[in-house]
Amino acid sequence: MHRPKTWLLLFVLLIAACAQVQDKINPYYFDILITIGINIVLGVSLNLVNGYTGQFSLGHAGFMAVGAYAAAAASIGITFTYFDAPSANAILAYLADPDQMLFFIVRPLAWLIHFGIWAFLAIMNAILFIHNEVVSHLQLLPRIPQFVGALCYGGGIAALAGFAVGVPSLRLKGDYLAIVTLGFGEIIRVVIQNTEAVGGSRGLSIPSRETGLFGTYLAVALTVYVVVLLVHSTYGRGFLTVRDDEIAAEAMGINTTKYKVIAFVVAAFFAGVAGGLYAHFKQFIHPEGFGFLRSVDIVVIVILGGMGNTPGVILAAILLTILPEGLRALAGWDVLPMSVREIVQNRMILYSLLLIGLMLTRPQGLFSGGGKITKWLKGRASA
Amino acid sequence: MTEFLQQLINGLSLGSIYALIALGYTMVYGVLKFINFAHGDVYMVGAFAGYYLAPWVWKVIPQGKDATAFSWSTSAGAFAVLLLSMALCAALGILIEKLVYKPLRSRPRLTVLITAIGVSIFLENFGQYLFGADPKSFPEILPDRAIEGLGDLTVMVNQAVVLVVTLILLVVLRFIVMKTKMGTAMRALSFNPTAASLMGVNNDVIISFTFGLGSALAAAAGILNAINYPSIDPLMGILPGIKAFVAAVLGGIGNLGGAVLGGIILGVLETLVVGYVSPMYRDAIAFAVLILILLFKPNGLLGRAEKEKV
Repeated sequence: MHRPKTWLLLFVLLIAACAQVQDKINPYYFDILITIGINIVLGVSLNLVNGYTGQFSLGHAGFMAVGAYAAAAASIGITFTYFDAPSANAILAYLADPDQMLFFIVRPLAWLIHFGIWAFLAIMNAILFIHNEVVSHLQLLPRIPQFVGALCYGGGIAALAGFAVGVPSLRLKGDYLAIVTLGFGEIIRVVIQNTEAVGGSRGLSIPSRETGLFGTYLAVALTVYVVVLLVHSTYGRGFLTVRDDEIAAEAMGINTTKYKVIAFVVAAFFAGVAGGLYAHFKQFIHPEGFGFLRSVDIVVIVILGGMGNTPGVILAAILLTILPEGLRALAGWDVLPMSVREIVQNRMILYSLLLIGLMLTRPQGLFSGGGKITKWLKGRASA
Repeated sequence: MTEFLQQLINGLSLGSIYALIALGYTMVYGVLKFINFAHGDVYMVGAFAGYYLAPWVWKVIPQGKDATAFSWSTSAGAFAVLLLSMALCAALGILIEKLVYKPLRSRPRLTVLITAIGVSIFLENFGQYLFGADPKSFPEILPDRAIEGLGDLTVMVNQAVVLVVTLILLVVLRFIVMKTKMGTAMRALSFNPTAASLMGVNNDVIISFTFGLGSALAAAAGILNAINYPSIDPLMGILPGIKAFVAAVLGGIGNLGGAVLGGIILGVLETLVVGYVSPMYRDAIAFAVLILILLFKPNGLLGRAEKEKV
């Protein structure tokens, strides 16, 4: 892109024009269009970590969940009650109770644990204080700034979660990082399930449907814009060195952890924004909806598009959003034998075969390499 | 005190399931240096193999009418189901290795990892298609009742069976790894693949053997778990798989003793947290352990530190 800003402006004008007809489109296509947009944001942001930086995160849905819940809480106006010191004292009293079997192991550690719990509660209360302040101020704003604020807030909290996850875990490599991010995704899910203020395992309803075509594709444009600029900046060089040879990069004096954390935090931010869009589009979010399989969906988008290939990932996001719809039509086609129709209905079977097949034959992804279209797109993107 | 002992026994029987699965992770990691994500699903296939094999076995070995009594025929039947299911899963493990992992052996580790995730998702979803997504009730291959004469403690016969069978399998495994030629070759391969092949070890055969051995242990874990918790479904392998991986890392991945130790610790810890803190955190505890161990002792309890060479 010779002039990224011009492209961005043109694109925004285009979607602003398109969004005018939003009410006239068939709701089914409207749904698909929004889902495509959200998937592009998720895929392009995960590509920053899994593609450009060469790490392997399996917890993107976790950050999406954080963003979705934070944005929903901000727009509904859910505030939390602070943790109180007595709850720390109750735990201490329990641990220090001589009737407990674990008394002798725990007693020497009791003061340490006590201090730890106090410190933890203090940090949590500080976060809750900021949350409550932000939410109560957002409630005073008119509708659209409030929605934008909620999205940014969701992204911000997701980025914070990304930072908290990234700093300890990005010292790990490859397989370990994959499992740790998967673990964090699951922990986030368990925590949400046990937080009654946001509905716990019953899920959370969002009364107003704010997400429209313009908002979604504005987020898409901004995500692509930020990622492309970032990748072609000094930071991008940093990401690529981490991916290509971490040891050599370290030897050249590059702070690899710093670049990994930056990639991770930015990706988490956009995942959070995507979550916020999703929450205000579906109007109902549930912790089970952000599980491991959702993360796999996003990973499949990145791998199909080609790791470290933004145009490819965008294409893959479009393709993989339409594919299940096509498959559903195929499954309803009664000429096919029943067994084929049943297999086709379960898209995860096809996704898994796609993953294995791609890794065996084209590990660089469908849309990478020498094809004419990719060359054209790459010429556009990298100039 | 009784309650604590009770939790400890429950934890031990859960931990031995984790230990059996963790051994598969650790052995494959030892020879191929990658995490076989699909291992937890082999455990699921093991349980389902038992589910479908039991009626066939009962045709060959007729069972007595009295369902609560132990007899030679029930023990032989259960034993046959266990062995057949182990053999079937060993074949499955070898098949997966030959078809999918072998062509990728010289590729980057990330490629292999993604493929392994693909295999895992395939097994889960093809399992849902093949077996049906609804939970099935595992046949009662051993009559279950409480062991008498333990006072307030309730120990089910099947819990004791789990512990005994696990112990036997561990002894057999140790014998195979330490005393047989195959085991020696396995250890040589995990130490240095190039040198091992120069010394006449056929690496392909050993890698297949390792996959077979690990998968057989996972199948045993599947059956042993199913006789205690008879509800089985195609997605049952995901969480135990991840937890067993945590156990392998906790003990030091690549270390057989470590995998068993990690499995037992994790099982006991999980039962204690469920018993004393809150059952809500049953699934989060394993991840918390994983994160702590990776932060403070990444090589695990028994693993040796490895210097990274450029």
